[in-house]
Amino acid sequence: MLELQNLCFQISKDTTEPMNGVFSAKEDSPAGKAPLEKGAAAKEIIKNINLTFDDHSFIAITGPNGGGKSTLAKLIMGIEQPTSGRILYNGTDITQMSISERANLGISFAFQQPVRFKGIKVKDLIALATGKAMGSTANNAVGKTTSKTDSEPAGSQKTTPRVNLPNACDYLSKVGLCARDYINRDVDASLSGGELKRIEIATIIARNTPLSVFDEPEAGIDLWSFNNLIQVFEDMHRESDNSLILISHQERILNIADEIIVLAEGSVKARGRREEILPELLRGTEGCKFYSTPQMA
Amino acid sequence: MGVTAKISIKKGLIKPMDEIQKTLLEQVAGLHEMPAGAYNIRANGKSTDRATTAHIDIVTKTDKQGIDIVIKPGTKKESVHIPVVLSESGLTEMVYNDFYVGDDCDVTIVAGCGIHNSGDADSRHDGIHTFYIGKNSHVKYVEKHYGSGDGKGGRIMNPETRVEVGENSFMEMETVQIKGVDSTKRLTSAKLAENARIIVTEKLMTHGTQTAETCFQVDLDGEGSSANIISRSVARDESNQIFLSKINGNHRCKGHSECDGIIMDSAKISAIPEITANHPDAELIHEAAIGKIAGEQIVKLMTLGLTEAEAEAQIVNGFLK
Ligand SMILES: Nc1ncnc2c1ncn2[C@@H]1O[C@H](COP(=O)(O)OP(=O)(O)O)[C@@H](O)[C@H]1O
Ligand SMILES: [Mg+2]
Repeated sequence: MLELQNLCFQISKDTTEPMNGVFSAKEDSPAGKAPLEKGAAAKEIIKNINLTFDDHSFIAITGPNGGGKSTLAKLIMGIEQPTSGRILYNGTDITQMSISERANLGISFAFQQPVRFKGIKVKDLIALATGKAMGSTANNAVGKTTSKTDSEPAGSQKTTPRVNLPNACDYLSKVGLCARDYINRDVDASLSGGELKRIEIATIIARNTPLSVFDEPEAGIDLWSFNNLIQVFEDMHRESDNSLILISHQERILNIADEIIVLAEGSVKARGRREEILPELLRGTEGCKFYSTPQMA
Repeated sequence: MGVTAKISIKKGLIKPMDEIQKTLLEQVAGLHEMPAGAYNIRANGKSTDRATTAHIDIVTKTDKQGIDIVIKPGTKKESVHIPVVLSESGLTEMVYNDFYVGDDCDVTIVAGCGIHNSGDADSRHDGIHTFYIGKNSHVKYVEKHYGSGDGKGGRIMNPETRVEVGENSFMEMETVQIKGVDSTKRLTSAKLAENARIIVTEKLMTHGTQTAETCFQVDLDGEGSSANIISRSVARDESNQIFLSKINGNHRCKGHSECDGIIMDSAKISAIPEITANHPDAELIHEAAIGKIAGEQIVKLMTLGLTEAEAEAQIVNGFLK
């Protein structure tokens, strides 16, 4: 279970980009903007959010651009540090934990804009994902902590865990990529945006952790793969006890979630079962009571 | 593969290879035992082992240190290994190796130098490798440099490679130096005839207070010739690297050089390109990008469960792979 308690995130005003909708270029940039103390000239991006995500839940988060969805996901993963508030995971306070620690506890995050690497192959990335992943079983956690105790010199090379190729191919074909064509490609600028996005999703599927957050998984993905993708999320939900959080604008994705959360201007505007929320959202942005706050011109 | 004639030079006088030398050999030539094909192994200033084939001859120079490697026209799918190892501290040598590659050949040449220095005096290997490549040939040339030993003495290597690529021939050169060489100055110069091609891939890593300077000088003399120089380097700690590339386009030709550098700690890298078009149809490009590891790359790998140090190591390894 994941609990967000009174979560706030602010950035200093002078570092904010003008609110003209071009911020997406900034998305998924590493935590660079120092959050400010309360009271200083600051822009609030996440405003006192309280949310609970139960085990085996399938929740979609939606809302207007700039509403704070990606920021919320980064706070959960530890990529951004909250200005105040707490994050609990299965009862443990993880607010101060590093990204790696959270990853090893079983949290995964598929970036809205995936990162490219010179010299790292698709199969390397999948191997790293699976090798470092922690399944839903508890005994893995024990193995992890014991192996962590041997102090290795910084920069020492862990041998890349071997991923068996059939599995790697499985993950890739789930996202509509022919494994044979992609497994040995570098995750670099030679991949198109859509290809990169699908590889990103495949690595998160490969990790198979108790909690996975996907940030706009549909972006840049063609229709055929999109149908597959819907199927993949449904299967993931049916076949495991893992929890899924999907950040999305796509009706068809919202349509497969059990619950929908509407996030706008850094606050939760609504949360409820899909059947309650979706019809309201589909009335269009103009008429939608969740979107039509005065500040949203 | 031709018949292998094995000649052990001055047999009996040579001490068998010790463990250090074996490790060096493995590092620079990937050799666990004697290679197939032609080879010449030079250890502590002397040729200790040699084999030739029906098509590849190796002859000791009489006027200076070094060997001539003569590859007959039409030699296909053969290889030559000429590793050099230095394990005596304080040894300094200057070696000339000349390669004569005939027309219509397809050969792989593996050179490399390993220095183990556990003493206080500098050990130094300077080598000039000159290639005369005929027409319609393909030469793959691999060169690895490696240093080990914890003595105060420096491990110094200054390799120079001169290449003349004949008509329609293709030279592929890979150089790797990722460990233990304190100081290196490498110079690679190439002259290309009509429709000749050269691709050079350089991987370099420096650490501690090491310095590395690499200079490429390419003359695209022949019509339709092309050159692609790709350098990937990582500089850590206090180390210092300079990358120079000069490409002269003297005919209708294509030249491209690319220097991609990662700096860590307080290391420094300079990339100094010089491209000169002496012909209206010369197309020359230089690209250089130097910077630290992108923060988002580290973040991404951390989200897969790697620690920051592990993430960094993965990124650097991949980059130099
Ligand atoms: N690094 C940053 N610097 C400045 N503003 C940022 C930064 N990251 C996010 N923001 C701002 O925070 C708000 C929420 O962004 P984000 O979480 O990416 O929204 P969403 O994912 O819902 O589209 C936006 O107004 C955006 O401009
Ligand atoms: Mg977003």
